[in-house]
Amino acid sequence: LTAYVAGTGEGGPSSSRLFVVRKDQDIYIQTLRKLFNESHGIFIGLQRSEEELAGKSRKAQLVQVSKNYRSVIRACMEDMHQAAILTRDPALHSQYSTQVSILSAMELIWNLCEILFVEAAAAGPLLLRLLDWVRLHVCDVDNMVHEVLSSENPSKHELFWNVVDVFVLQGRMDEARHLLSKEASANPTSVNMYKTLDDLMKKMPVPSLGNTQTLTEMELKWQHWHEECQRYLQDGTFASSSHMESICKILLGDEDAILEKKDLMTTWYHFLVTRLLYSHPTVKPMELRFYAQACMDLFLGGESSPEPLDTILMAAFEFEMHQVIKECSIALSNWWFVAHLTDLLDHCKLLQSHNLYFGSNMREFLLLEYASGLFSHHSLWQLGVDYFDHCPEYGRVYLELHIERIPLNTEQKALKVLRICEQRQMHEQVRSICKIMAMKALRNNRLGSALSWSIRAKDAAFATLISDRFLKDYCESGCFSDLDLIDNLGPSMLLSDRLTFLGKYREFHRLYGEKRFSEAAKLLLMLMTAHIAPCSFWMTLLTDALPLLEQKEVIFSAEQTYELMRCLEDLTAGKSDKQKFQDDDVETMKVEMLRLALARNLARVIVKEGTLEGS
Amino acid sequence: VWDKSENGDWHCTASWKTHSGSVWRVTWAHPEFGQVLASCSFDRTAAVWEEIVGESNDKLRGQSHWVKRTTLVDSRTSVTDVKFAPKHMGLMLATCSADGVVRIYEAPDVMNLSQWSLQHEISCKLSCSCISWNPSSSRAHSPMIAVGSDDNSPNILAKVQIYEYNENTRKYAKAEALMTVTDAVHDIAFAPNLGRSFHILAVATKDVRIFTLKPLRKELTSSGGLTKFEIHIVAQFDNHNSQVWRVSWNITGTVLASSGDDGCVRLWKANYMDNWKCTGILKGNGSPVNGSSQQGIFNASLGSANTSLQNSLNGSSASRYFFPPLDSPRAGSRWSSHAQLLPPPPLIEHSCDADTANIQYPHPRRRCVSRPLNLLPENEGV
Repeated sequence: LTAYVAGTGEGGPSSSRLFVVRKDQDIYIQTLRKLFNESHGIFIGLQRSEEELAGKSRKAQLVQVSKNYRSVIRACMEDMHQAAILTRDPALHSQYSTQVSILSAMELIWNLCEILFVEAAAAGPLLLRLLDWVRLHVCDVDNMVHEVLSSENPSKHELFWNVVDVFVLQGRMDEARHLLSKEASANPTSVNMYKTLDDLMKKMPVPSLGNTQTLTEMELKWQHWHEECQRYLQDGTFASSSHMESICKILLGDEDAILEKKDLMTTWYHFLVTRLLYSHPTVKPMELRFYAQACMDLFLGGESSPEPLDTILMAAFEFEMHQVIKECSIALSNWWFVAHLTDLLDHCKLLQSHNLYFGSNMREFLLLEYASGLFSHHSLWQLGVDYFDHCPEYGRVYLELHIERIPLNTEQKALKVLRICEQRQMHEQVRSICKIMAMKALRNNRLGSALSWSIRAKDAAFATLISDRFLKDYCESGCFSDLDLIDNLGPSMLLSDRLTFLGKYREFHRLYGEKRFSEAAKLLLMLMTAHIAPCSFWMTLLTDALPLLEQKEVIFSAEQTYELMRCLEDLTAGKSDKQKFQDDDVETMKVEMLRLALARNLARVIVKEGTLEGS
Repeated sequence: VWDKSENGDWHCTASWKTHSGSVWRVTWAHPEFGQVLASCSFDRTAAVWEEIVGESNDKLRGQSHWVKRTTLVDSRTSVTDVKFAPKHMGLMLATCSADGVVRIYEAPDVMNLSQWSLQHEISCKLSCSCISWNPSSSRAHSPMIAVGSDDNSPNILAKVQIYEYNENTRKYAKAEALMTVTDAVHDIAFAPNLGRSFHILAVATKDVRIFTLKPLRKELTSSGGLTKFEIHIVAQFDNHNSQVWRVSWNITGTVLASSGDDGCVRLWKANYMDNWKCTGILKGNGSPVNGSSQQGIFNASLGSANTSLQNSLNGSSASRYFFPPLDSPRAGSRWSSHAQLLPPPPLIEHSCDADTANIQYPHPRRRCVSRPLNLLPENEGV
């Protein structure tokens, strides 16, 4: 969207200026080009994908699409990150960093939507997915983890227990156990304590992805395990180590114990998943909302209010898809995210089942907005075309309106645009674009270009006009421009009579040049007798006939000569007395010469035709 | 006239005296007709200009020449607006004058811009200030012109009239008058037609108004086939708090820009539910109006109309969505519980002020990504 604002500049009322205001910074577009380009490919693939696939295979397909989108977001993040590192300009650096952060948020949201909506993970796998999600997106602690692990003596590191806690909070049992074992070897006296804890952590039942156990089985096992942990805690097994006791409490899902590690979790949704892991691992999708709200309230603790990202995630946990889309639309500065996500959800048939009657129209609304935005870019508009193609209600008319406004700076661009219009039978746009280009060429006196555009537009009237110009130029200068074009007109010659004449007239000249005189003669005559030539041009044609009449060899037959004479008489007779009076000497002389030449030719040809062959 | 060069810079390529009085309006013809402009003036004339491709010297100096092709001298008072008709109607233009006459001219030979014939003279009985052609090329729609008036005579006549071409009488006749517009109208604009059966018209008067005109069955009156319209006002905004002087539509007729005596340009857009809202405010120098400083990559051109911290406390429980308070009691700006999808405030800042550490894909901290776009406490005169 570009707005041209006429306003008053700083110089006061006398210095008015014109301001060009654009909606999106170019740099924004620049850095996200890859995102736009690659997601375009995924979008098209999705539109064309097999709808006949049902059930599991369709779902797997859609999940894959979702993952593809996410990997594109991540790739873009990496690029942005690189750019941030490489730049020396602090302003740019901050811009890039911000951008990375936004992309990260987008991926976070998308990932959650994938788990809850696209994959629609059921109780059991749901938790595992959520754990993956948290692990992937909470990386604030990565530095710390790395620092501890790479130190010479991890168990002596001051942040050692923090890292163990992090692993436990994220359900990364093996890693936690591994670290603990180092501590165990350093503290032989507490070996038993470590063994117990290690054992508990090893035995913790987790939902399985496959069908190896039912939920009920898992719940049962978990209940037993939970009780075992309880026993050990109450027995005071871990009394001598506050760290290990706290870990045991976490294993038991003790809210306060988990909340104590707020700083290690950093977000309420991490807190949510940890809590679920240790108190309700078989949580059902529909139960999430209650836990989510409670966790957010607890975590924020009234100190701060939820921010847009929180609202969006909460809406997702509440399975309020429309709310998610709405909030994202408000929070994000570009339609890209909501357009693609909504489209995907629509393909999952999730929007239609919603009880809002305009479910499917929202997809189109967002896609139209996104694609319209692309059209303001000098090359990304081509992506927009495909998006419009997949908007059944308004896509076409949006495309028609936008494509007419693409600046046709170069022929290549015009041809590109034309191809797109022709492919879609957008006849009016084809005609219009060709007309615009033809006019431009004509104004710049590039007759050949103008002619070829009119032919492409099938604009007979304009072709006639340009042909006239060609002919006029020929009369004035004695030669043709753009011979190549005229020589190769082919069937398009038939677009207009004048154009046909132009083509044939040029052919006449060619034949003459190749010394194929009798063919040339026949053509010349035909041009007049078949009334292909406009009357205004007959004089020129007859004058062209002169050299043929003057040849040593007789070219025109008697009949042809009579025809020529008739044409000449028609021409002169047609002139009124007034015109004859106005004719200058050159004109009169021409006519005289023609009459003489024709007469002479007639004489010669009568003799020739009267002579018997071979005698 | 300014031209945009290869590298995107604008250069003034021509500047010349056109009239002997103030030039009120200037308008482009469709590029199908070449590079053609029309201007109208206080000097009671309208003129048509064509760009002549000049000598190569001129091109090097970046200058172009415009020649006057015709002067339309029929008006006896200041000509207040000139507009070319939609291209499907051929090379045609309409002028309107302070004495209330709308004239429609046609150039029968599009290659000869010096020959224009006066085809219609419409007497509007009110001093005219602006006209707009209906761009619809649908065969279901007859050619149509909206005429706005800034007449301040005491009779409360409707200041917007709609004239439609009648195929039978081959004349333009008044089809409608918008009775609710009783203040001086400064500008008027039909929106591009997206294949809709109805028309959308924006009016710049003491406020911004958007009307829909839905054609009803053509009544078979004695003059034959004059369309009757069902008129609705779908938006009315007084945010400029002053006279609104110009309104202009974008390509798809989805965004309306308005300018007013408050020195601002405002952008209006219909959301997904067809409710019109403000999506941006620009000052006269093009800079955005917003509450906090703009940071980050999404710098500026448009501020956001919606999310401010105070607003997040309003709103029904079902909807976190809200309006800038001013817009409330109008038809076009209802609250509704779902999917009030305003187009995203285009350039949202996500200021990561707290996060200095971790560049490694800083995960979206609560504080970071979310700085609520408190860009626009819309406090225009509220």
